Amino acid sequence: MESQVKPEELLFAESHEWIHVTDVDGEKIGTIGISAHAVEALSDVVYMELPEVGATVEREQSFGEVESVKATSDLFSPVDGEVVEINATLPDNLEVLNSDPYGAGWIIKVKLTDDQGLAKLLEYSAYESQCS
Amino acid sequence: MPTDKTAITHTPLSDWHENNGGRMVDFAGWSMPVQYQSVIQEHHQTRNSVGVFDVSHMGRFFFYGTNVGQWIDGLMTRRIAGVDAGKIRYSLVTNEDGMILDDVLVYHLDCHPEDADTFPPTEADGKSFYMVVVNAGNREKLANWFRSHIPDGSGIRLDDRTEESAMIAVQGPKANGIIASMATLDPESLAYYTGAVAKIDDQWAIVSRTGYTGEDGCELILNASVAESLWSKIAEEAQAVGGGVSGLAARDTLRLEAGMPLYGHELSEQINAASTGLNFAINTKGRTFCGDLAIAKSKEAATDPVRVGLELEGRRPAREGCPVLVDQMHIGELTSGTLSPTLEKPIAMAYLSPEFSTVGTKVEVDIRGKTHAATVVALPFYQRPKS
Repeated sequence: MESQVKPEELLFAESHEWIHVTDVDGEKIGTIGISAHAVEALSDVVYMELPEVGATVEREQSFGEVESVKATSDLFSPVDGEVVEINATLPDNLEVLNSDPYGAGWIIKVKLTDDQGLAKLLEYSAYESQCS
Repeated sequence: MPTDKTAITHTPLSDWHENNGGRMVDFAGWSMPVQYQSVIQEHHQTRNSVGVFDVSHMGRFFFYGTNVGQWIDGLMTRRIAGVDAGKIRYSLVTNEDGMILDDVLVYHLDCHPEDADTFPPTEADGKSFYMVVVNAGNREKLANWFRSHIPDGSGIRLDDRTEESAMIAVQGPKANGIIASMATLDPESLAYYTGAVAKIDDQWAIVSRTGYTGEDGCELILNASVAESLWSKIAEEAQAVGGGVSGLAARDTLRLEAGMPLYGHELSEQINAASTGLNFAINTKGRTFCGDLAIAKSKEAATDPVRVGLELEGRRPAREGCPVLVDQMHIGELTSGTLSPTLEKPIAMAYLSPEFSTVGTKVEVDIRGKTHAATVVALPFYQRPKS
């Protein structure tokens, strides 16, 4: 499956989450996922614990957890906001994290309540050099 | 043995791992491959074909001296004295309080007839030899423990030969066939938990029908200098039959499915041997050993927590340290947990209060503040199909 969104269009947190912000009816909606690098490093993801729609997320705070065979890792929100949608099919279809981490592998969508966090995020090229 | 605690020890196969995609981690002071590609795939290939594991980090102690078997017996929960050459026994090592210092394999094998300066021991060392394989993290502690118990003037000697040798586990339904094609000895000719000295790929090795995966297979101990050559040949043969090299993470999920305890998790100096349920490895009848009275006392009282298996509902794996509850009452904690690749459900081991340890008991596991329904089940979770 080809992603519609290219990683160059995303912003990345040092903790390996990405966000793609669009304007929807005057609201800033951020789609959040984890990078291909994170998926590879986790390897063998077997479970994902997601927040509920309506939950509040805070910048650099955990909004969910991902379980590999070996260990539990937190998912950190790159921004402050409120969850407006979760990728409900993802927990039963975790292989899309490998096949399409920047498209079908999205995790949650949040309505940003503050976009200050965005300035601290990395462009793809800077993120890539952090990972290398 | 490294005295500098920050120094990391490399196995004779570390270079091979690094050059072949091994994801290296520090495990008990050793640079070890936790995985090469996918843990789940490495798990399945071991169950279905063959997994090849570098377990050179395990400590290998050789014991020499007259009546050495009798002496070792006094430090083991399992009878060692009088065990015929050729046999290998799983045992616990306990302190005076019956608390577990380590779990080990005690080998009593015939020496091979070559001249000295080869590995393993030759007839120059005696007709048979004893070797104890200990956990990497307990190697220094156990060496000190054994040495401190050698009676003055007994002539008993411990030789730690870990770093001059390598240990390779070849596990799975196709494991023995691969080794048989390369060795002077077919592992299938060895009974389970026996071993012999044989030539593999023209090099002397200790071959044993042992393992830590719940599969049939064997383990090889050989000179460090010839280990990489043999390893790469076995890896190639394994790949040709749908198997391959496997890392420590798969070894952990395999042993957990097989219900086997891991030191630092199900076994520790805070746990009395009687609690483990490893009754086959504890023999207090007609013999004495260090810790025997304390173990008998704990068994008699039956109030210590008991090791159990748990199967959880849902898909979320629970981890070591997760509390186990019944009606919001804390009844114990998990010691290991994962999503079982074979059963495709979360499994765990835990120590629970004895009154809740019966198979079928419904409990709850607290995973990061959320409770998940679980049931006490019989160990092991997985048993290989009998051929």
